[in-house]
Amino acid sequence: MAKMNMIQALNSALDIAMENDPNVVSFGEDAGYFGGVFRVTAGLQKKYGMDRAFDTPINEAAIAAMAIGMAANGLRPVAEIQFSDYIFPAIDQIVNEMTRLRYRSAGQYTQPIVMRSPWGGGIRGGQTHSMSPEAFFTHVPGLRVVIPSNPYDAKGLLLASIENNDPVLFFEPKRMYNGPFDGKPDGALQSWANHPKGEVPEGHYTVPLDKAEVVREGNDVTVIAYGTLVHVALAAAEKSGIDAEVIDLKTLTPYDIDTLTHSVKKTGRCIVSQEAPRTSGFAAELSAQIQEDCFYALEAPIYRVTGWDTPYPHAHEWSYFPGQDRFINALKSVMEAK
Amino acid sequence: MATQDPRYRVPAPKFRPGDEPDFSYLEIPAAGEARRPGIDVAGKDTLDLALGMVRVLDHNHQAVGDWNPEIKPEVLREGLRHMVLTRVYDDRMLKLQRQGKMSFYMKSTGEEAVAVAGAMALKDSDMVFPSYRQQGILFARGRDIVDMMCHCISNSRDNLMGRQLPVHYTWAEGNFFSISGNLGTQFPQAVGWAMAAQYKGEDQVTASWIGDGTTAEGDFHGAMTLASTYKAPVILNVVNNQFAISTHQNIAIGDAPSFAMKGLGYGIASLRVDGNDFLAVYAAMQWAAERARKGHGPSYIEYFSYRADAHSTSDDPSGYRPKTEATKWPLGDPIERLKNHLIGLGEWDEERHEALEKELNELVVKSYKEAESYGTLHDGPLSPIPSIFEDVFEEQDWRLVRQRQDLGV
Repeated sequence: MAKMNMIQALNSALDIAMENDPNVVSFGEDAGYFGGVFRVTAGLQKKYGMDRAFDTPINEAAIAAMAIGMAANGLRPVAEIQFSDYIFPAIDQIVNEMTRLRYRSAGQYTQPIVMRSPWGGGIRGGQTHSMSPEAFFTHVPGLRVVIPSNPYDAKGLLLASIENNDPVLFFEPKRMYNGPFDGKPDGALQSWANHPKGEVPEGHYTVPLDKAEVVREGNDVTVIAYGTLVHVALAAAEKSGIDAEVIDLKTLTPYDIDTLTHSVKKTGRCIVSQEAPRTSGFAAELSAQIQEDCFYALEAPIYRVTGWDTPYPHAHEWSYFPGQDRFINALKSVMEAK
Repeated sequence: MATQDPRYRVPAPKFRPGDEPDFSYLEIPAAGEARRPGIDVAGKDTLDLALGMVRVLDHNHQAVGDWNPEIKPEVLREGLRHMVLTRVYDDRMLKLQRQGKMSFYMKSTGEEAVAVAGAMALKDSDMVFPSYRQQGILFARGRDIVDMMCHCISNSRDNLMGRQLPVHYTWAEGNFFSISGNLGTQFPQAVGWAMAAQYKGEDQVTASWIGDGTTAEGDFHGAMTLASTYKAPVILNVVNNQFAISTHQNIAIGDAPSFAMKGLGYGIASLRVDGNDFLAVYAAMQWAAERARKGHGPSYIEYFSYRADAHSTSDDPSGYRPKTEATKWPLGDPIERLKNHLIGLGEWDEERHEALEKELNELVVKSYKEAESYGTLHDGPLSPIPSIFEDVFEEQDWRLVRQRQDLGV
């Protein structure tokens, strides 16, 4: 075991994947020589060569298309989109091509691709470096969407994603690259060094896709979160004094319905959360499915804690970000609801 | 009210329905005029070829000039056969679509040489990423006609399980990629495929085709940039058949003097080729394939042609262009031109041609009867309904299992 932050854990996953499988290649804007603007691909070009870890032109559609062609021809590309806000030029290639190729060719061509992308806000990135665009992609058949919340999961989920034969969109909560974040921007910066999930095996392991994890057991209310908000929800649960069960979703599509319904049937109350704007977000899907599956166990409406239906503001970032107070208010409301 | 004088330029074709088409304004270089550079030519040194036109068959149907590929007569006859089969097949499928046997169809009439000669100049092991109007490649590569028809009528033997519109073939065994329908997406994908082939140390060449209208898509720029940056062994082809559904090519071309010219800015070796000249298409593709295989990088080729029939069964060209345009096209018909060339060589005659057409008509009719024995879209049998939930992921997840149960299958 080693102490790793999320960047190091992701880098270790890429290193191991490239070491184990000569068909794994890594590329993206600034992702070659320089190792990526967040350094996730650092050292890979030096170790594996120019043709396995390389820089691309600034054209996200072309990056996705190149991955599609390579994957159809037997490689396992890991493509980086520099910020998840920049993924939209690639959306046609992802939605109409990559995720449908297995289907439309009736299995003649497959797409073992991972599209990695730094995701989410809380870094003073303004409206073009803070977005959580996962709901655009959870709507797409044939695409797995994975969002880890700590170094241990980041490495294990990335290795599982690279070894999976379906296309995976792997969003990395960049606010937590260097340490967990409880949603209080004025607090001291935390480090993964003191966090149990910052203990990361140096060798190969995987964390299963499609499995959520109960990260805090409780009996009164289920709080479902992914990415950055997992730690915010945990902190809020501690502070509120409410016996909340917190679930880290990890994989959004296909999500682990059994873990969710098992918990909600136990607690009878549920909060779903996302950093993205509220309307038509992934929390809405979770809310709809949970009420369908758990309606008679519910003692209160399902509450949502989300960003606002606004672009991510720069100066007022913390008024947008669903922090601890919003979680605590929701916890109180859902407990008071009859 | 429409103004007589548009406030900005909106390009329009010279001729609309009711007009008498006259293509004498087109500057068509003579056959044999274009020089044939070495396969290692730098992109920037192909300006004359991007502005001129590679043509081999002259007005007397003789093969002339540096680009004459000097193909043996039996290979020319094979090419003629594939082109005639493509046309016969297209005509038959259109009739069947009109009879309600399939939902949709797209002919390639007038453009048969682009697909057939292109495919024949490549190796069968080379990879192709076609658009939806290159069915000639499948004939050139010997795909089973019954299989093609079974796909088009979406029956129980459709290798795509009824998931794709007719004509959107996939044939991995024949190194034929899955045809999309979203325009131009295959262009940059082909570059990725070509890079993977190089990565694996294979000498495979990859070719892709789009239409003139699709050059306006961002994926065109993406493909050209990738191909140029990584010097990929890829041949990027633009079939300028003058029309994108109803829209004339001048809506895509702007003030560029040719589509081929657009390759120069990327530093890619660029040619404009007479797309209705089997020998010129063959020679250009052969040159580009050798260039790619020997490590000299990508080529970009415009085929100057004319879409002699509708875009698809969903449009009627008499609504946007004169009916007689195709017959006035100065570059003629690719089948007629190759036929006349072979006759001039003493290697073909009208009787043999008629016999060939008859034979291929019978083959297509007989094949369709067999195809129909596996069902039709209208009357079935189709692929099993539960198959709609397969191949979304490698394995079905709980959502698809539940949804299949909801559908009751």
